[in-house]
Amino acid sequence: MAPAPSSTNSAVTLNINGEKHTLTVDHRTTLLDALRERLDLTGTKKGCDQGQCGACTVLLDGRRAVSCLQLAVAAEGREITTIEGVAQGEKLHPVQQAFLDLDGYQCGYCTPGQICSAIAVIEEHAAGWPSAATDDVRPAAAPPPLTPEEIRERMSGNLCRCGAYVSIVQAVARAAGIETEAAQTEGVETEGAAA
Amino acid sequence: MTTATTGTRAVKASVGTAHTRVEGRDKVTGTARYAGEIPFAELAHGWLVLSTAARGRIRSIETAPVLAMPGVLTVLHNENAPPLDTDYMGMLGKPDPTAAVFQHDRVPHVGWPVALVVAETSEQAREAAEVLAVHYEQEPHDIAFSADRPDAYTLDGFSPAVTEKGDLEAELGASATVVDAEYTTPEEHHNPMEPHAATALWDGGRLEVVDSNQGTTWVAGEIANMFSLDPGSVRVRSEHVGGGFGSKGLRAHQVAAVMAATVLQRPVRVVMTRRQMFSLAGYRSPTTQRVRLGADADGRLRALDHSSLSATSTVHEFIESSAGPARTMYDADAHHTANRVVRLDVPTPTFMRAPGEAPGSFALESAFDELAEKVGIDPIELRVRNEPERGPVSGLPFSSRNLIACFREGARRFGWADRDPRPGVRRDGRWLLGTGTAAASFGAGAGPSTAAVTAEADGTFTVRVNAADIGTGARTALTLVAADALETTPDQVRVRIGDSDLGPAMLAGGSMGTRSWAWAVTLAADELRERLALNTGVPPEGITVRSDTTAAIGALSQKERHSFGAQFAEVAVDPATGEVRVRRMLGMFAAGRIVNPLTARNQFVGGMTWGISMALHEEAVRDRATGGHYGADLAGYHVAAHADVPYIEADWVDDVDPEDPVGIKGIGEIGIVGAAAAVANAVWHATGVRHRNLPIRPDRVLTAGGHA
Repeated sequence: MAPAPSSTNSAVTLNINGEKHTLTVDHRTTLLDALRERLDLTGTKKGCDQGQCGACTVLLDGRRAVSCLQLAVAAEGREITTIEGVAQGEKLHPVQQAFLDLDGYQCGYCTPGQICSAIAVIEEHAAGWPSAATDDVRPAAAPPPLTPEEIRERMSGNLCRCGAYVSIVQAVARAAGIETEAAQTEGVETEGAAA
Repeated sequence: MTTATTGTRAVKASVGTAHTRVEGRDKVTGTARYAGEIPFAELAHGWLVLSTAARGRIRSIETAPVLAMPGVLTVLHNENAPPLDTDYMGMLGKPDPTAAVFQHDRVPHVGWPVALVVAETSEQAREAAEVLAVHYEQEPHDIAFSADRPDAYTLDGFSPAVTEKGDLEAELGASATVVDAEYTTPEEHHNPMEPHAATALWDGGRLEVVDSNQGTTWVAGEIANMFSLDPGSVRVRSEHVGGGFGSKGLRAHQVAAVMAATVLQRPVRVVMTRRQMFSLAGYRSPTTQRVRLGADADGRLRALDHSSLSATSTVHEFIESSAGPARTMYDADAHHTANRVVRLDVPTPTFMRAPGEAPGSFALESAFDELAEKVGIDPIELRVRNEPERGPVSGLPFSSRNLIACFREGARRFGWADRDPRPGVRRDGRWLLGTGTAAASFGAGAGPSTAAVTAEADGTFTVRVNAADIGTGARTALTLVAADALETTPDQVRVRIGDSDLGPAMLAGGSMGTRSWAWAVTLAADELRERLALNTGVPPEGITVRSDTTAAIGALSQKERHSFGAQFAEVAVDPATGEVRVRRMLGMFAAGRIVNPLTARNQFVGGMTWGISMALHEEAVRDRATGGHYGADLAGYHVAAHADVPYIEADWVDDVDPEDPVGIKGIGEIGIVGAAAAVANAVWHATGVRHRNLPIRPDRVLTAGGHA
């Protein structure tokens, strides 16, 4: 049960996936725990709880952030987008669809963070942001092509212990409209199992 | 693949064609729920407290101040915990008593579980756990792992500790060329992305545990044994598992959660923190290995000696059997292998992806590369010349051995024929370039399993098999296998897994999961198809056929059964910074029938990615003063990240196992085997320096200079 506001709790209104949620949270509660434990939005994953793995990546005002290092009380007023909010109804976001089609995961636990990160990577790149892999970082330089090396560098805050990086990079590239080396998807059957 | 026919309907075979994961949509939308994500009313949160002492005993625990803190419900520890039984044989032998929490006051290592604090919220439990004062009577500890430990002893694991034939010293003396080198691998940790998590509750006289593990038959059996419960009264579920790699069996978190749920009579969830996983989740022991190879001038082995030392705890014996691969790979007139272990004041190590084979292949396949250099024979040709007809130790025939086919096809694709064997002569700007290769093998086995396949009245099928999909794609593979056996399409088949109530089944381990479960599914589906062919109609409750593979697996003849592979790597080494970059990798495998090429390729590549990580990054370092780790987290313990991993190609040669109903061998582990050696051999080719100690850190590259 939500405790009443006190010196250790506060009522906050969180704007998540376009929907407002008002709840009373312990001041120690991270945004990640508020999502998972209080709002039943468990798509955002807890891999390390200390900002080192990227599994809890969400979009805050459109930019990626690790929600384990964000206190819930400090997230008031921000536009929070989680993995539950990136699809358009039944239609998957192009990044989600590419992860599904190209097998950009194995166990799936880092996947929501990878997808949220990838969505932001594509936008950051389109906005002309350079990365450590960018050769020419002068402001006047043309935006770098989104090469596999650029994708790897920009996605490096998201660990995948299953080692699905090769197919994740292919998925991000496909979602960005680029085909990389040997994205082998010819003849992949996509029908699901019986419901 | 052939086309099966049902009545007038031609059905394309599903096994062998690429299918996206049946649970894929749930995983990309965040709706797939993992163990710590299933809501329960009245859920309480447990937080484990681990010892800071490396050896000694608990003198006292100050529970009173913590019990007075807001929301705290109880503190379980060695003076109030219910008794547990550890004197039983589980599915994998005697249990590691580390999981049998709070049974005595002894502390055998840093990170030993000493208490569980349970509170209404996780924040309350965490704060209370962090302030709980535990007083220790400390004793001197010993964590010094080294090759010359006088207290090391040989220990049988799942294979004999020692094998020997022939006169080793005589054959070494008669050899034209001898390689004698020592190799070391560090302590390595699984670090699945999903931390170990369990929720336990009593429901109508039954214990239910929602957990993240590699086999609910296995874990339910362990819990029933440990708590002296009727096995039928324990249900363990594990629908989605965020990686395991050997670490997700019975662990302290499940046992503590069951204890607390029993004491409090309400649901209790216990989740390990990432830092706690470094002490509680098992790990791969460090190894020191000596390999001696003696060969004739033409490269034929006269002598092979591989001895390995690993560490275990003082409470349980686990051995990293790194000398094992030589028993499969290469024959010699004198052939000796030995696995030894030393007991230290450290946590108990456990199975970690390709136990034995991963570190063992690093040493053996590096030594083979050194031999190739010394005798002046191409490394692949040297392996061709030493290809055994039968098992070098067992003398048994191989069920199939397509190692050379992997090397030939791999060499063609990698461009090996154009390779200049001289080391240290290729440059790309500041980078020195080199290529390396290594062989891989992993045992192909199966464990008894049961399955039930139901023809539903609506024409669809339901498969119930207690498999675990820890990211392997087993759920999808079993859907394809069942579709073919039932002569239908995958969309007509639903597969239920991850629930001990589904009946006994093999765990996801030893690269045996999918093969074991597919066997059971095939047996049941074949019989069901025959019954349906009688055209007697399907009643409303459906028609269910059950299978048990115990007899079929027991009837398998004695053979050397393995997957094989050839690993290739190209690296760039910056001699100014010591940085090693893997530029490309290729793995060719002979690993039985590939059920789902899409997920199989991903899994092979994942194993090879582990090989890069093992070769260059992973190393858990212990402080001898405290006995604990430096940097026990994902910043201090680096696993390969996106930027470390280039495009990796994995493919396979035809290698259908004729004695398996589906032709499967198993692919979960072979991808890592030999991969680190291929990288290390490429570093030698780039720089002319042999790196025999993993990981190949920049400081090691710099300090090694130009001297081998």
